[in-house]
Amino acid sequence: MKPTDISAPDYFHKVVDCQWACPAHTPVPEYIRLIAEGRYSDAYMINWRSNVFPGILGRTCDRPCEPACRRGRVEDTPVAICRLKRVAADFKDDVKHRMPKPMARNGKRIAIVGGGPASLTVARDLAPLGYHCTVFDSDPKAGGMMRTQIPKFRLPDSVIDEETDYILDLGIEFKGGHRIDSLKQLLTETYDAVFVGSGAPRGRELDIPGRKEAAANIHIGIEWLASVSFEHISKIGKRVIVLGGGNTAMDCCRTARRLGGEDVKVIVRSGFEEMKASPWEKEDALHEDIPILNFMVPVAFVHDNGKLTGVTFQKVKAEYDANGRRNLVPSGEADETINCDDVLVAVGQENSFPWIERDCGVEFDKWNMPKVDAKTFVSTNPKVFFGGDAAFGPKNIIWAVAHGHDAALSIHKMLSGEDITERPLPEVTISSQKMGIHEWSYDNDISNDKRYKVPHRDKVIALKDIRAEVELGYDLKLALGEAHRCLNCDVQTVFAAPLCIECDACVDICPMDCITFTENGEEADLRTRLKAPSLHPDQDLYVADGLKTGRVMVKDEDVCLHCGLCAERCPTGAWDMQKYLIDMTLAGTSCPSKARSAA
Amino acid sequence: MTYIAKPKFHHPGLPKNDLGFTHRDYEGKISTLCAGCGHDSITASIIEACFELSIEPHRVAKISGIGCSSKTPDYFLGNSHGFNSVHGRMPSVLTGANLANRDLIYLGVSGDGDSASIGFGQFAHSIRRGVNMTYIVENNGVYGLTKGQFSATADRGSKSKKGLINSDSPVDLVAIALQLGASFVARSFSGDKSQLVPLIAAAIQHKGAAFIDVISPCVAFNNHAGSTKSFDYVREHNDAVNRLDVITGREPITVEYAPGAVQLVDQHDGTRIALRKIDADYDPHDRVGAMSFLQKHAAKGQIVTGLLYVDPESDDLHSHLDTVEAPLNTLQAKDLCPGTAALDKINASLR
Repeated sequence: MKPTDISAPDYFHKVVDCQWACPAHTPVPEYIRLIAEGRYSDAYMINWRSNVFPGILGRTCDRPCEPACRRGRVEDTPVAICRLKRVAADFKDDVKHRMPKPMARNGKRIAIVGGGPASLTVARDLAPLGYHCTVFDSDPKAGGMMRTQIPKFRLPDSVIDEETDYILDLGIEFKGGHRIDSLKQLLTETYDAVFVGSGAPRGRELDIPGRKEAAANIHIGIEWLASVSFEHISKIGKRVIVLGGGNTAMDCCRTARRLGGEDVKVIVRSGFEEMKASPWEKEDALHEDIPILNFMVPVAFVHDNGKLTGVTFQKVKAEYDANGRRNLVPSGEADETINCDDVLVAVGQENSFPWIERDCGVEFDKWNMPKVDAKTFVSTNPKVFFGGDAAFGPKNIIWAVAHGHDAALSIHKMLSGEDITERPLPEVTISSQKMGIHEWSYDNDISNDKRYKVPHRDKVIALKDIRAEVELGYDLKLALGEAHRCLNCDVQTVFAAPLCIECDACVDICPMDCITFTENGEEADLRTRLKAPSLHPDQDLYVADGLKTGRVMVKDEDVCLHCGLCAERCPTGAWDMQKYLIDMTLAGTSCPSKARSAA
Repeated sequence: MTYIAKPKFHHPGLPKNDLGFTHRDYEGKISTLCAGCGHDSITASIIEACFELSIEPHRVAKISGIGCSSKTPDYFLGNSHGFNSVHGRMPSVLTGANLANRDLIYLGVSGDGDSASIGFGQFAHSIRRGVNMTYIVENNGVYGLTKGQFSATADRGSKSKKGLINSDSPVDLVAIALQLGASFVARSFSGDKSQLVPLIAAAIQHKGAAFIDVISPCVAFNNHAGSTKSFDYVREHNDAVNRLDVITGREPITVEYAPGAVQLVDQHDGTRIALRKIDADYDPHDRVGAMSFLQKHAAKGQIVTGLLYVDPESDDLHSHLDTVEAPLNTLQAKDLCPGTAALDKINASLR
């Protein structure tokens, strides 16, 4: 194998699994350390810069970081990264004075369609640079789906108000209750760029017999949730069936339990394991006595002269073809009709752009989605940018934020007369953490604690009040315990071959048997000769040559605890622990022409 | 030394031995020796050898004297019996323990000061008597705990860290062990675990006095230019006569070697070792040949390593003395007191 180029910014970035997995590349270990130090405001601001909505995401994020967390490969469960983010939001001091101060207006005007996470991110990135940003939303208040679709018992209004206000207070013009009905019209106004962050606002229909006749008691999930959010709906029948297996279905069933639903069931086509909902959301539903029935395909709504009485299901089973593709085929069992008073249909969301004229320069593909560049987020009209669910279909908040950052960067570059396809590299700093002999500026003592549970409100009380937040969040003691579980993966093991005397001290002390000194070979061959088996080939090998014996040092990054014992036991300082911070370039930050050398 | 405990987590894919243990289960406390000490590599090799042999830790007695080397039994086999004895007295304590209970595996760990100076006589007699043990000398040629004076194994002409030249002749413990009748004699290097681990495993299985001299560079006081026990010097002058594989339980040999390149040695306990010859002319069953080979190569400044001598028909002190098989602490009054009839018989024979 070729020696690893650790000066390439991506190499060490990948080692910080959580940050690499986060679409917005939030420096997770850095803010967790700040939480452990009690510096909640600092931890909050690091989050705020990367992901814009720490308090909201700390309650609702889909957390791609957690399945990636190294701790999940070392023991059973990852660090509760998401809920630690909430700790930063819950315990911070007033941070208003730390928010950016807008520069003098530069005379450029941006129209932003939709007031959800992608749009607000664009506004936040551009407003401080002097752009005049106008956000249009058909709802009276900003927040988009965060406000309308996520139930209040998961995300209180106060949190949304606080975090949308931080952005709107940057001098942004917010036009609530103002629906944009024509892009063409908007383009004729004096805007220099348009950002479309209008989401995926249409719930998918379930067109089976009885749908029209029994319509009075069949509701589309996201629309129903929005109506509940705006208090247009305050009750539902006693027996409720929720169709669908995503997170919206989970929100629907739990909301139904709070509006009078006593016998609420979730019924899904697929198997329980393959459901799209996050495991923790399924757990929360089960905890509220909501059974999830699987392998049942709805075939008809049963009604009595237009009054819904139940839903008929066909029983299916999963079969896998030669390519491993799953097919749901009838199991041969008799169809089953389950009685109910109301049905909530949460079988997916769709984009909908009736307001974009097809002759205004924005081209659409065969699925009726706008053609959007995946890197710059520009459409085929160079002045029009897309992001969030509006760009590539329904994802989640953190992806919308990531899109927003990239789109804002493109808009800023375009209006600065630069080539938007040229993306600035992230800024990287790496610095030794050595303070003295066996003294490091980070806590390298590895905690053996298991993941701490987030305290929940008593179920009886929670089910009575739709606005009572179920999760209470960690208290400071629990937060400290959980923060100590973080392995500090951003404190990198950096090896300097010229200093190495090949004494094997690092090999002997490494608790995870990560380090091997051996003859070089191709990667596949090297992986068979490691001191401990290579379990995850997607995890990089760190290879260094230039040793006196002609061998190479190979470190499998997979389960390294970043405890620094290799560096502590190294007599010559060939190993060092260096903190690696990568700062993704946002609109307006200084854009280094090339990444600074990592080591 | 390190102040944090070695984390309890281990690699999720670590192999387990017949007892279901990983090599981490054979560790002791975290080492308090200097970072990079060769002794820590020997500790790791002992751990690896015991793991590979699926030894039950409670069947091992580890005994040492005084010195850096003699601290190391604290760092391996945390669940074994241990005795940190008086300076140079490890061989006597080990001999006594062995006579009292022959069922344990005896691991004597000593250093060049402990065995070649203050305990030189003790070393000699335990070898001479053929005590069933694995006697490991962690040999760095220097008194590390007292800041780097030459020890008795330092080569004449080698240079101390302060620049003094050693004018005394060295004690070659391997040569003496051969001369005193050790039935298993090896030399190795702490920086070459692939050679050292099988040697320790073979020595543990050997019945009789097994002696291993392990050159173990002292990074603090004896790893400079001019030293003959430094990492660089040993790597440059290492003349390995053979490599070996330990084959437990008579498993067939699966690795293919060129004909004549492998020599199988059956040991008493039913295990065998496979020697891969590097020097075709070297015969590890020839004690006299080994002694002269060593002398010739030492004169040329070469450090001969490998399994230098093994006597497959070896015996130990218990067979020489025809002692009782059972450990003494298991003997009951009826075993120890033969009764009046026997006494009368003995008395009668003396009349």
